[in-house]
Amino acid sequence: MGHTQQEMPLPPSLQTFFAGRGWQVRAHQWAMLAAAEAGADALLIAPTGGGKTLAGFLPSLRDLAEGGSGKLHTLYISPLKALTTDIARNLEAPINAMGAAIRHESRTGDTPANRRKRQREKPPDILLTTPESLALLISYENAADYFADLRSVIIDELHALADNKRGALLSLSLARLRALAPNARFSGLSATVAEPNTLLRYLSPDLANAQIVMAQGAKSPELSMILPDAYMPWSGHIALYAIPEIMKLIEGAGTTLVFVNTRAQAELVFGALWKANDQSLPIALHHGSLAVEQRRRVEAAMAQGVLRAVVCTSSLDLGIDWGAVDLVVQVGAPKGSSRLLQRVGRANHRLDEPSRAVLIPANRFEVLECLAAQDAVRDVTLDGGELCLGGLDVLAQHIMGVACSGPFDADALYQTVLAAAPFADLKRADFDAVLNFVATGGYALQSYPRYRRLRQMADGRYELADGRVRRAYRMNVGTIVEQPTLKVKYKRGRALGEIEEYFISMLSPGDTFLFAGRLLAFEGIQGNDAIVANARKAGQPKVPAYAGGRLPLSTHLADRVRTMLADQTQWQNLPVQVQEWLRQQGERSGFADPDELLVETFERKGRYFLVAYCFAGRNAHQTLGMLLTRRMQRAGTHPLGFVASDYCIATWSLHPPTDLDALFDVDILGDDLEAWMDESSMIKRTFRNCAVVAGLIERRQPGEEKTGRQVTFNADMIYEVLRKYEPDHILLRAARAEAAAGLTDIRRLADLLVAIQGKIRHHDLPRISPFAVSIIADIGREFVEGDSIDAVLDQITADLVAEALGDDDFAAA
Amino acid sequence: MTGLFEPLTLKFGGTTIVLDADGGLFLPEHRLLAVADIHLEKGNAFARRGMPIPPYDTNATLDRLVRLCARHDAQTVVSMGDAFHDRAGPAGLEPGQVECLRALTQRYDWLWLAGNHDPQPWLGAGGLTETTIEIGPLTLVHEPGSSGKAFEIAGHLHPKARLRGRALGVSRPCFALDQQRLIMPAFGAYTGGLNVLDPAIATLLAASFSAVILGDKRLFRLPAAKLTPDPPRWQMVLENE
Repeated sequence: MGHTQQEMPLPPSLQTFFAGRGWQVRAHQWAMLAAAEAGADALLIAPTGGGKTLAGFLPSLRDLAEGGSGKLHTLYISPLKALTTDIARNLEAPINAMGAAIRHESRTGDTPANRRKRQREKPPDILLTTPESLALLISYENAADYFADLRSVIIDELHALADNKRGALLSLSLARLRALAPNARFSGLSATVAEPNTLLRYLSPDLANAQIVMAQGAKSPELSMILPDAYMPWSGHIALYAIPEIMKLIEGAGTTLVFVNTRAQAELVFGALWKANDQSLPIALHHGSLAVEQRRRVEAAMAQGVLRAVVCTSSLDLGIDWGAVDLVVQVGAPKGSSRLLQRVGRANHRLDEPSRAVLIPANRFEVLECLAAQDAVRDVTLDGGELCLGGLDVLAQHIMGVACSGPFDADALYQTVLAAAPFADLKRADFDAVLNFVATGGYALQSYPRYRRLRQMADGRYELADGRVRRAYRMNVGTIVEQPTLKVKYKRGRALGEIEEYFISMLSPGDTFLFAGRLLAFEGIQGNDAIVANARKAGQPKVPAYAGGRLPLSTHLADRVRTMLADQTQWQNLPVQVQEWLRQQGERSGFADPDELLVETFERKGRYFLVAYCFAGRNAHQTLGMLLTRRMQRAGTHPLGFVASDYCIATWSLHPPTDLDALFDVDILGDDLEAWMDESSMIKRTFRNCAVVAGLIERRQPGEEKTGRQVTFNADMIYEVLRKYEPDHILLRAARAEAAAGLTDIRRLADLLVAIQGKIRHHDLPRISPFAVSIIADIGREFVEGDSIDAVLDQITADLVAEALGDDDFAAA
Repeated sequence: MTGLFEPLTLKFGGTTIVLDADGGLFLPEHRLLAVADIHLEKGNAFARRGMPIPPYDTNATLDRLVRLCARHDAQTVVSMGDAFHDRAGPAGLEPGQVECLRALTQRYDWLWLAGNHDPQPWLGAGGLTETTIEIGPLTLVHEPGSSGKAFEIAGHLHPKARLRGRALGVSRPCFALDQQRLIMPAFGAYTGGLNVLDPAIATLLAASFSAVILGDKRLFRLPAAKLTPDPPRWQMVLENE
């Protein structure tokens, strides 16, 4: 960007640091210094390994070269607790080299209480923290004082925050910080995304005084796809068929990161690799359910370079640079090009050498998706960088936090909230409704006259009505509502990690399951622990099912796959196995043009199947499945179930479906959608989360159950009552908005339906098509939800009957 | 929701009983309708302790009670104890809610059995009170086992059944019964529940007991062997409720 040492000299001590490392200050690092000089906010977009974090800190280090003032100068915010610790360690090198008296400390949920207290009374110069800890800091009564002299706010991995609910809460905290710290500049550090301007607006409400700094691109990564010699599966997502090839890749590289898409897949792939590991190479497992100590051990071993491979999930998407990784293997299709790029970037954190990555598709559809992702990365067309929803439940939590810090003026707070990008369009009426909810519960029926959390003072400002509310707020801060879990422990020994309760609840003593890379036998439950022992003999182990974690195929990759299928001239470039599969599909069924929807119908074992290849991602397909089966029910088709994948949706029924145009009519998004949404278990789950985030019901705190202090309330009951008696309550609105944007992906579904009206290419087939095998094989593995409770109970009783009669063909797994 | 309520008729102690998906029990030979554990004003009780949960539970419960009464040709209605969540409950009722209760107690022979939450039932909206009722071979009482009689119909324990098989499991209120005893589901909109396999319930019944599970409009009868216990923490939580 043309800045040089001459016009903007670094303090000698920092120059010495760079010289001592043999480093040059890079162009983007100069640019960040220049932005600071101009007092502008700056968003740095750089691939991993570009000295990105140092670029964020350089202006602060320059300011602090003469030592700190004893006031908080710089606040660093990272989405990962572990990253704050790593960055704190990395800052030691320049600070020590500078010989300046700069205090830097991290503060997360793991920081001991006495140190937190000290940090509050005597702040360090640089504080490294997380969004949740920041929310707590600004809720303290001394917040205004504490942040008054703040000069710099650095948000790391901004792309991983701005598009989700944590980011919504952070945006409000940042807006509050701006109000408290008028002299602070805001810097964001991000990986490459499709929409940098959206991120810039998230970072800064004043675009005239904010700039984007693009680091010079890294060398394009070397991506390849490996198709094992073995028979390529038509369905499945685990890719166990490719284990020998993955083992060969590990043997041929120094250190390999093996990325998979789900925790269950991580366990299975790790287990299979371990069996194939004839040379006993040190291979480790890393995912979000493993015990923290276990994960830290793996990360430390990785940093020391003693591991040859780590099988991991998105748990290692972000984090500290490991120079030593020289190969990334992506097992299963990557689902989005930005995510793939991020993962690929974990290999070879040096800008001057290309990263090397190998993609391993799990089935034939995934071959197409892997090729599409490869093309997308080569063309640098990305997805991601969208802004999160400004949820009303998140706003409620923020208002409570502000109230905890002291009396506030509603007009001024409303103005501050508008500065947060996700809330820029918030209507005053909605703000007031949320404020009213925080103050009194906000019910139209005012039958709790004595109940208040906030009250209005004589001057019109709001204050806490009861100081005890502070404690509840602090225990429940944040937007992550975890599934209830149990610790998995040996009888006399350490914890291996945590598993969702409902999985444990389905085990009987003696059942075996795969976890933490071990084959474990379940012994029983003690307190909050699931007690396990190493299993003696391998039976048919279960694999823990984990809630969530599966991202849908991005629109961008889906479009590329559709285009690839439609353009037969390109097929010659496809792997032979895939060409063969496409040829068979052409013979037995057919294809659709890119603007058409391919629908197949066929009969199998007395059931009539309908398969629609919508390519809209599994969330949108789940919603469509629910709506289609409702409509089929009314049409007398008697649907029995449906299953959705990223590529298509299949329904089956007792009678053949008729009039496809009517079935897929866009008006399906009207009343049916609303009726289904309000009854679905998905919305109830979303509502529970919103109720916790908004502070209506409390999180269950570990240990409280034992002491009997637990006061919990079943959110489903609240939902049912509220839906009937106050359907427009802000918590219901929050839940509906969140469900519409997330799990149901209604916008994407709407786009699809509008696009294919009158363009259904229907093939009525004598038997199942090659394409359809991919989804029909998933029947019974997939859990279908959202049915009315009577339908679910019918299904369960039918399953039990089927089990008794030995007909498990259509019974649920 | 469409579809009509489909009650389930069975024999208990030689008497015909009709179970209703709203959680009521009807004895056609005696034209007696029973519900248990209504827990009116539970929301208010929580709000007084600092949890502003929606204040509509009393309305929701009363609406359901009126709907249930209208579906059966009853002469007598019995609330089998714990009509209010706590002693302060009746004072929290709104005038309209008191009117609704009064209309019911005037229309039917209304009996409030004593419960542990309301050992001396509130009679401010009419009705009479009893500890137990014997009707034919059957005995109605709040706490199971407290009558010492055969063919006992009781409440108090809020039985729920959890079904195995689906990813998240399904847990619903239910009737739990064997040849000798029948335990009613809790009727209130904000009443939680205890898994029927918990020893507190299961030890009161023969090993071969069955659960009649409340759907939205229909009932589903399953043997205990087909049910599954709750994870341990949920048990703790619900016991403390």
